[in-house]
Amino acid sequence: MYDKGKIVTGLVIFFVILAFPFWYNRGASSPAPELELTDKAKQAEKCIEETAFMTKEHMQLLNQWRDAVARDGYRIYVSEDGDEYVASLTDTCMDCHSNKADFCDRCHDYVSVSPYCWDCHTYPEENN
Amino acid sequence: MENSRRNFLKTAGYTVLGVGAGSVLIGMVPRLTDAAPVDAGPPRYKSRPEALAASRWGMVIDTRKINSRINRNIQQACHKVHNVPDFVGKLGAKNHEIKWIWPTKFKNAFLDQDHQFVSDHLKRTEIPVLCNHCNNPPCVRVCPTRATFKRERDGLVLMDYHRCIGCRFCMAGCPYGARSFNYRDPREALDEIQPNFTLRMKGVVEKCNFCAERLARGEAPACVEASNGALIFGDLEDPGSDIRKLLAEKYAITRKAELGTLPSVFYII
Repeated sequence: MYDKGKIVTGLVIFFVILAFPFWYNRGASSPAPELELTDKAKQAEKCIEETAFMTKEHMQLLNQWRDAVARDGYRIYVSEDGDEYVASLTDTCMDCHSNKADFCDRCHDYVSVSPYCWDCHTYPEENN
Repeated sequence: MENSRRNFLKTAGYTVLGVGAGSVLIGMVPRLTDAAPVDAGPPRYKSRPEALAASRWGMVIDTRKINSRINRNIQQACHKVHNVPDFVGKLGAKNHEIKWIWPTKFKNAFLDQDHQFVSDHLKRTEIPVLCNHCNNPPCVRVCPTRATFKRERDGLVLMDYHRCIGCRFCMAGCPYGARSFNYRDPREALDEIQPNFTLRMKGVVEKCNFCAERLARGEAPACVEASNGALIFGDLEDPGSDIRKLLAEKYAITRKAELGTLPSVFYII
């Protein structure tokens, strides 16, 4: 093989550059944020559904609420346990989770999603 | 291969028969969608027990009882509960006006009804106009995303702001000018935000929603409440309702009836 040294050196440099994001960010990753609950949320102990479900599926649930309320006009949601809740982000979710910055934003920032809820919907600090 | 033509025709005949019979059989199988009752709502969702229901909401505006004070009160009541920004008053942005219900001159609301000797009251007093919640709404036909739609349950023409892309076809389609476009963020021109109603964002169209959120709580529309009896609302499909009795008794007109949009807002002159 001709120019073995040059080729191997070139390949090594190529793979080092390719792996740049991995070695550059090594050790810099921050741990997943802890959710901070308000006293009211702590007292309730359980959200409208199981905590695991809410953590994983709250966006799907909110989308369902959106369609049920805005399009079909059904404003009461019946949970798995048979409890009834008003399907409203501001009136129901934010009533307990009134700490938007510590509850919603922290996780959303961490996973780099920017839901556009707050373009239109209001949250407790904003209303006064 | 003596029989080839005969065989070919036989096979072709069976095929035609089979396809024909098959499609008839498939047509006889009940479709899944047919089984669901029309107004059950999505599973696990329902209306509040106190919600007001109708087959087709409508409104009668008694222009004889309207005066400028009532006009002002109903506009203020409506715009307050729906967080309608006042771009004209707060920012002087005349071209960015947002309005859900507003007073206008009789000759402008009823181009085709105006004449030389129209009554003094109608010459002097403006009358309230709003979205007509048409039974045949042109805005719904032109909306490319179905952001605006007619809720078949109660006939209201509503907006789903989540879906609106701000193309403004609906504004071109509406013959009544009942729709406004948000050229700015509404927060720029709101003193206080009502927490139990949403805002809109820059780039969506908005309009009167017949207070769907208040009807769902069992309350009358805000304009009706503030109108001192000049605005009456009810179910147009129910012959026993107040609104139908009033319409049976008094002659009422609608705006631009010749267009065939079938407005649900009526005016007693």
